[in-house]
Amino acid sequence: MSAAAGAAPRRSHLRALEAEAVHILREVAAQFERPVLLFSGGKDSIVMVELARRAFAPGPIPFPLLHVDTGHNFPETLAFRDWLVGQTGATLHVTSVEDAIRRGVVQEESGPEASRNSLQTAVLLDALASLRADAALGGGRRDEEKARAKERIFSHRDRTGQWDPRNQRPELWNLYNGRIAPGEHVRVFPLSNWTELDVWLYIRAERIAVPTLYLAHDRETVDRRGTLLAVTDHLTLLPGETAAPRRVRFRTVGDVTCTGAVESTAATLDAVVAEVAGAVQTERGGRHDDRRSEAAMEDRKRAGYF
Amino acid sequence: MFVPPPANPEAGSGAADLLRITTAGSVDDGKSTLLGRLLVETRSVLADQLAAVTEASRRRGHARPDLALLTDGLRAEREQGITIDVAYRAFATPRRAFLVADTPGHVQYTRNMVTGASTASLAIVLVDARRGVQTQSRRHAFVASLLGIRHLVFAVNKMDLVDYAEAAFTAVADEAAAFAARLGVPDVAVIPVSALHGDNVAERSPEMLWYGGATLLHHLEHVSVGGDRNPVDFRFPVQLALRPDAGFRGFAGTVASGAIRAGERVAVLPSGVETSVRAVYESGREVAEARAGDVVVITLADEVDVARGDLLVRDQNRPLVGTSLEAMVCWMDDRPLAVGRRYVLRQTTRETPAHVTAVVYRVDVDTLHRAPTTTLSLNDIGRVRIETASPVSFDAYRDNAATGAFVLVDADTNATVAAGMVRGGAAMVGRADVRSPATAGPDTQAPGTPRRSEAPVSPDVVRDAPGVTRAEREARQGHRGGVVWLTGPPGAGKSAVAREAERRLFARGATVLVLDGDDLRHGLSGDLGFAPRDRRENVRRAGEVAHLLVETGAVVLCSFVSPSRADRAAVRARFAPGDFAEALVTARPETLRARDPKGLYARAAAGEIADLTGVGAPYESPETPDLVLDTDALSLDAAVEAVLAHLAARGCVPD
Ligand SMILES: Nc1nc2c(ncn2[C@@H]2O[C@H](COP(=O)(O)OP(=O)(O)O)[C@@H](O)[C@H]2O)c(=O)[nH]1
Repeated sequence: MSAAAGAAPRRSHLRALEAEAVHILREVAAQFERPVLLFSGGKDSIVMVELARRAFAPGPIPFPLLHVDTGHNFPETLAFRDWLVGQTGATLHVTSVEDAIRRGVVQEESGPEASRNSLQTAVLLDALASLRADAALGGGRRDEEKARAKERIFSHRDRTGQWDPRNQRPELWNLYNGRIAPGEHVRVFPLSNWTELDVWLYIRAERIAVPTLYLAHDRETVDRRGTLLAVTDHLTLLPGETAAPRRVRFRTVGDVTCTGAVESTAATLDAVVAEVAGAVQTERGGRHDDRRSEAAMEDRKRAGYF
Repeated sequence: MFVPPPANPEAGSGAADLLRITTAGSVDDGKSTLLGRLLVETRSVLADQLAAVTEASRRRGHARPDLALLTDGLRAEREQGITIDVAYRAFATPRRAFLVADTPGHVQYTRNMVTGASTASLAIVLVDARRGVQTQSRRHAFVASLLGIRHLVFAVNKMDLVDYAEAAFTAVADEAAAFAARLGVPDVAVIPVSALHGDNVAERSPEMLWYGGATLLHHLEHVSVGGDRNPVDFRFPVQLALRPDAGFRGFAGTVASGAIRAGERVAVLPSGVETSVRAVYESGREVAEARAGDVVVITLADEVDVARGDLLVRDQNRPLVGTSLEAMVCWMDDRPLAVGRRYVLRQTTRETPAHVTAVVYRVDVDTLHRAPTTTLSLNDIGRVRIETASPVSFDAYRDNAATGAFVLVDADTNATVAAGMVRGGAAMVGRADVRSPATAGPDTQAPGTPRRSEAPVSPDVVRDAPGVTRAEREARQGHRGGVVWLTGPPGAGKSAVAREAERRLFARGATVLVLDGDDLRHGLSGDLGFAPRDRRENVRRAGEVAHLLVETGAVVLCSFVSPSRADRAAVRARFAPGDFAEALVTARPETLRARDPKGLYARAAAGEIADLTGVGAPYESPETPDLVLDTDALSLDAAVEAVLAHLAARGCVPD
């Protein structure tokens, strides 16, 4: 074998992923003037905040968090967000979809299956523009969906916030090209190479706090074509649908009206890790709106969604 | 409200390491299918994804799920039925996590292969068992070797279509191994598979009982890949300065290579200012040491000027610092390279305006021949000279990818237009520190790691670009220049082979010269003895002379015992891969003693020579020589013809 004698021992894969993400976060801080970290309250953005804390310690996180608030939140998400912001001393900007609807920036879809995902895109772009953000850090991972597998870690967006999958910049080694023209911005995905299981292994190994939504609990849910939706004020039951209590947990926490729960008894992190390791559904499989078409994600990405 | 921190934080975080892989193959060799198969076999595909693919396959009238659809992402590609860009996939087994950069097989997408290979330690090259090693497979293997990948796997696919016949596999395997040997890739595996049916992917194939090797997945899990980073030369590119308060000033970055501890002396480049490390922090906690790959914050003992783009190194182990460099580049933009145009060079964390002063040649990636040219177009690979506006600190890519890699960015469009690998540039650049060769000896060198390829140079010497190029010289004389380095113990027959080869080449009209250890020691190296340091210096000088001669277009046959593997590797590193071949000339110890042309063995036996190689001093055989000439088995004539055949294959013999 050819391994050079005296070569450095290989690091564990979680350590390698962590180092890569920290390196990327620091590149963003160094290359851009006004980066923001998109914070959804989900586990990926929680891990991002933890990585940012490590990247800049003993200094503070040198950029604000931006939460695009759909108005369709789980109460736990907002409480956790505020707690975390208090813990880290980070600055938080909240931009609200509801507010944007009132201001006429966007128009609400109507009907019981209306989704705010398409609105979120416009509201996000509006917020990035008003913050004059030149980089937006997101927790997207390449394992989430086929379209993401091709996306760069530094993903260039034109002036309208569009992604052009056929004309991406080559990305080599760890040399990230963040040069942009005025008015453009870059989406940056430090967790690109992580999988859902990696995120959970990291949360467990590093003792990172997450909202209880991620653990099994009892909740009123309704089964809408295979997706278990939480019964909340924001959900209108369709004719023939009935709510029932189930033991569930969430694999993503987004808009309550379209984030599906999974039936689960995994009430501890160990159990969650075990469940994810043996999972048979992708986490986005629990997202109602992705089912609309096979290429749904790609269409949303082209339009600037995260 | 929140999940309490768990009681058992370490459980399952796993000692599994991460192996980065790149895959490549001609269109339709079955790369997507193979990758889909690996995902399915490692249970990395979930039920809903598989269901979507099964459904899409059914709509298209396929009887079984087309696994290629799992990895073919974008809709546009799906319509064309091909992969067009680099896609990244993760899968894992209990032993290892894998990240695959999946790159397309189109002729025109060399740039994607380069991109995928830039972060990989291992390359899987797909070969269709019916068609053998096609141009595209050669190209992929070449790109992998150019990017410094040391582990190559040829997956000979579609074995089901050749009736799982051993003969069909052996033919392809021989072809693949021969080509890989020419590239100098040290670790090559060839595995017969059927991606469609799963044979030898994760499970041993019942159809190919004649195959005794590992399955593809087993090989990937067990291949021993050293750390990807150079463990010797400490290099720390500063990413940013952290100043949370007046009392703390630290420099954040990723250790590119080597290691450092608190208290050790460092120099800041390019300024050259020296200081020492006060402390090292990781995630805000003080740690004893920073090692290659660690993301840390370093504080320094003195208030010296340090900014993003600077490089911290050990004061006794410095890279090259200069504004001129030579590099291999892959051109990645629709607009061709323009000599003199302003680009931005991004290397480590540094950015500086730069321009290309000359294109030396373009490599025909199919034949590995070089052609003189004045520009490079999309997907071309070639050698260029670059001038930077401010000094850059760099190593040869071959020795240290982290400090030898760069990209060029178009200053107008901001597009990344080229990927570059520094070849060296000692010939063009003054060193930041100037030490005599004797003190420059890499005493901290780990055995087997190639040393920095740059020779020490005098201060402030910046040579002009040469007027007459090597390509012009070669064109006039009708053959290429190149080196065959004959190494082996005294008496093995190196000089006899070299002299006879020289005679025959001369007769055929070649420009050729033998460099012989004894000759050199009567002149150029008359000041040196046989201590390891002197031997190293002797070999270095021989390498330098050979290098100059090759630049004149000559064929150089070097006959040196050169017992140290590391010394030979340092010489090899001075040359482009196609310019240098190592030939091991060997014979049994009894034969050596019986031949003893200079009476050396007799004198060693009598105690007159203490450090005769092979007797009192070690001889380190090449691990992967390009040629092995066993002079017990071969006649002189056969050995010489083997050398000539090798040279002819490289275009070094006139027609
Ligand atoms: N018979 C046979 N067909 C295969 C095998 N692997 C792939 N194919 C077929 O070859 C074609 C091209 O495969 P694909 O994976 O799309 O090739 P790519 O262009 O290299 O990604 C498809 O029709 C596959 O089903 C194999 O091992 N045996």
